[in-house]
Amino acid sequence: MSTATASAPAASATQTLRNAVIRLAGNSQDGIQSIGGFLARLAGRTQHDVMTYMTIPSTISGGPSIFQLHLGSGHVLHPGDESDVLVAFYQHSYDAHLSALRDGGICFYDSGEVSELKHERNIHHIGIPFTQATIEAIGGSAKDRGKNMFVLGLLCAVYQLDKEKLAGIVARQFGKKDESVLRNAMLAFDAGYAYPIGDMGTFNFEEGEHTDQHRISTDGNTIMSMGLIAAGVRYGAAYPITPWSPIMETLRSELPKYGGIYVQAEDELAAVSMAIGAAYAGHLAITGSSGPGLSLKAEALSYASMAEIPLIVVNVQRGGPSTGLPTSVEQSDLMQAIYGSHGDAPRIVLAPQDVEDCFYIALEAGKLAREYSCPVIILSDQALSSRIEAFTEPDLDKYWVEPVLDLSDRGADFKPYPLDKITRHAPPGTKLAGKYPHVSGLEHDEHGHPSGSPKMHTAMTAKRRNKLIELSKKLPLPEIYGDQEGDVLLIGWGSTYGPIKEAVNRLRTEGHKVGAAHIRHIHPMPAGLDRLWAKFKKVVVVEMNDYGVYGHGQLAMMIRAAYAEPKIQSLCKTDGLAYRIREIVTGVEKVMAAN
Amino acid sequence: MSTATLEAPAAAPAAPASDKLTKKILTADHPTWCPGCGDFAVLAAFYKVLEKLQYPHEKIVCVAGIGCSSRFPYFMNTHGIHFIHGRALPLATGISLSRPDVHVFVFGGDGDGFSIGGNHLNHAARKNVKLTYVIMDNYVYGLTKKQTSPTSPQGFKSKTDPTGSIDRPINPMKQLLASGATFIARTHAAQVKHMVDTFERAILHDGFSVVECLSECVMFYEGSFDDSTPRKGGVYDIIDETQHDVKDDVAAYKLADLPSPGKFGVFYQVERPTKNALEQKWIDATQSKLGGLSGKDILRKRIEVMR
Repeated sequence: MSTATASAPAASATQTLRNAVIRLAGNSQDGIQSIGGFLARLAGRTQHDVMTYMTIPSTISGGPSIFQLHLGSGHVLHPGDESDVLVAFYQHSYDAHLSALRDGGICFYDSGEVSELKHERNIHHIGIPFTQATIEAIGGSAKDRGKNMFVLGLLCAVYQLDKEKLAGIVARQFGKKDESVLRNAMLAFDAGYAYPIGDMGTFNFEEGEHTDQHRISTDGNTIMSMGLIAAGVRYGAAYPITPWSPIMETLRSELPKYGGIYVQAEDELAAVSMAIGAAYAGHLAITGSSGPGLSLKAEALSYASMAEIPLIVVNVQRGGPSTGLPTSVEQSDLMQAIYGSHGDAPRIVLAPQDVEDCFYIALEAGKLAREYSCPVIILSDQALSSRIEAFTEPDLDKYWVEPVLDLSDRGADFKPYPLDKITRHAPPGTKLAGKYPHVSGLEHDEHGHPSGSPKMHTAMTAKRRNKLIELSKKLPLPEIYGDQEGDVLLIGWGSTYGPIKEAVNRLRTEGHKVGAAHIRHIHPMPAGLDRLWAKFKKVVVVEMNDYGVYGHGQLAMMIRAAYAEPKIQSLCKTDGLAYRIREIVTGVEKVMAAN
Repeated sequence: MSTATLEAPAAAPAAPASDKLTKKILTADHPTWCPGCGDFAVLAAFYKVLEKLQYPHEKIVCVAGIGCSSRFPYFMNTHGIHFIHGRALPLATGISLSRPDVHVFVFGGDGDGFSIGGNHLNHAARKNVKLTYVIMDNYVYGLTKKQTSPTSPQGFKSKTDPTGSIDRPINPMKQLLASGATFIARTHAAQVKHMVDTFERAILHDGFSVVECLSECVMFYEGSFDDSTPRKGGVYDIIDETQHDVKDDVAAYKLADLPSPGKFGVFYQVERPTKNALEQKWIDATQSKLGGLSGKDILRKRIEVMR
């Protein structure tokens, strides 16, 4: 599907490719994630684009695992529906993933592990004793460690990758460890690189588009952590949970460099409370979690809405409900993010659309939290958290926000909860000419005093809601990708951004008039969203959550409720896997076919 | 102003004479407590301690969760935050760790401290977060009108135990000793001088200081503390620190095991580095390796590694 050349490779020739999908299938302890990461990083350094996809077992001891890379010279929008190359470490890997290999694809398999081959669909099988060859290269060790490096060397030769740069990336990774670790890794790498693969021939990639700006490749959790720091976050607290944990680990080790502290709290309730404490104390603070943890934070988030505390809350969504599918992707926390607290507790909800956007959404969350003095929830997901993409390095001169603790004196007329403007708290340490303020979760008057007055509750509820309405008027409408009018407008949110665009490309190639709009501001949505679909016959909201009792996914429910627009329909799925392009294409074709 | 310039409070702070803290200045709303409630005396004692310590007015912050006693911040004309049930300690932890320049005081009751927020007490104690926590223990849930509390004695009749409480109450002193708190004391709302002295020692302790203050609920558990109230015929038995080594946790544990009304005073006090200090130490060690780079440049270098 994705190679420029459709048929099986010709003998002993070098073919030039625009892109390729490589699937590494083994067990989680084989280090296939590391070599996938090396290849992804190399792509970023060589002006190529990349998107990766991985599955990890949720068991401690490991188990079957894959790492898939889509490497390309143009803009790579998705991790690949099917692969051009399968590297199978075991018989079970071969059996489970051969079907994901395209017709005429290449399968490298460990000939010491895989014995039963299925000769089908013109697939080109190449058996290589990864394990044995690695043992021979490293020197008689019985351990099968290092075969990932052997495979990396093999792929480097097959795809004529920049060996020197790749070795440099490997050296940087292993350089911190014992010298022998790097030496063994490179011995295995060289053995793989030099291994004779017969008459299969080699490939190289078209030159990528050259850019003067530096490019980086990393995953969503890492770059979101960097975005939070750039946004001015210096304090916060969290509790470990998959797939959120890498963000808290990163903040815990990075923030001391900036004079900040990230606390590992005893539980989710303490974590959100500590973050609210730091926010009350005048800092931009952040807590985060995954679905179950967000549920536990719900009471305190309602407080933050009521007390009008600026706070960033990250939710790296995973499959639910309950413990659900901890290492799979789902977008089923949208309603929880918007409404998952008691009372009318308005808050802002944002969703990054790709790995790069994880940086910018963190900056925006910081800005909005400060400006609107309320909680801002970032809905990321498991796919974004771990997949690697290459993109332009953010310009810190442009985006860096220096945190400011405003302890300037407040006048005698200072009120923490003025009805006619947005709350700006006076943190402890601020001198007040008048009475000192009380920050309160009880319904309160403008001074923060408890108030049970019916009039005051109505007025304060409106104050907390109206600032979000003001925000919705300032938000830009998303641009429409593809056709600006026609048969169907696809609407998506979160990590489906790339796949939906690719689906639009294919549907248009098939002659349909299709566009797509991606919503980053989930709540409030930009005002006037109906202008997007005015010129389309149908709207399909594509989400990774359930159709539910009323037949619509969670974002579709929201938009239908807001606009009472019957032409809005849903395309949902709940298999815990990222969307394949053909699933979207087929789903949209079905909607078009039904009146 | 960057956070790095915030200094820890001085040992002997002094406010300018014009800003002198008086009870009048510190008083805010009239308390909503029932007439005769022990909490009035706790509030008065706290005013007294603040009058004595004379911290800068703006550097005082009062924190509370939910309960009768947790209304405390509204009655103090200082920075104050009234949070949710049971989570006052983690909130206060967030303030204390991020603002070494302010004095953090937490107020609450036995439900907040020992029941819904019980685990936070354990962890704030073991982490030795710099703050002072006063638990006004009345052995009953008063705000919700007489349900059993975690400190209600067995046999106590409440709306949730109409034939008498079945569950064994917790022993706050023993629990705090096990959790690793570095200042643990017990006092009584009817013993004003002892209460003022105990609060002062708690506040001056560099670490997590917690005081259980028996404070009678005259509406729902009248007479609960008569056995430790001399004018009601009880005995107020203060720990003799010439006989009790406050650094000896085993001795403190034995004191805590005495039958009601038990002893009052400082059960345990040791110096141990606070979480605040240990975090700062890590920050200093980390920053000393960075050669004075600006925050922006530190992040730039970190991101460059991803090229």
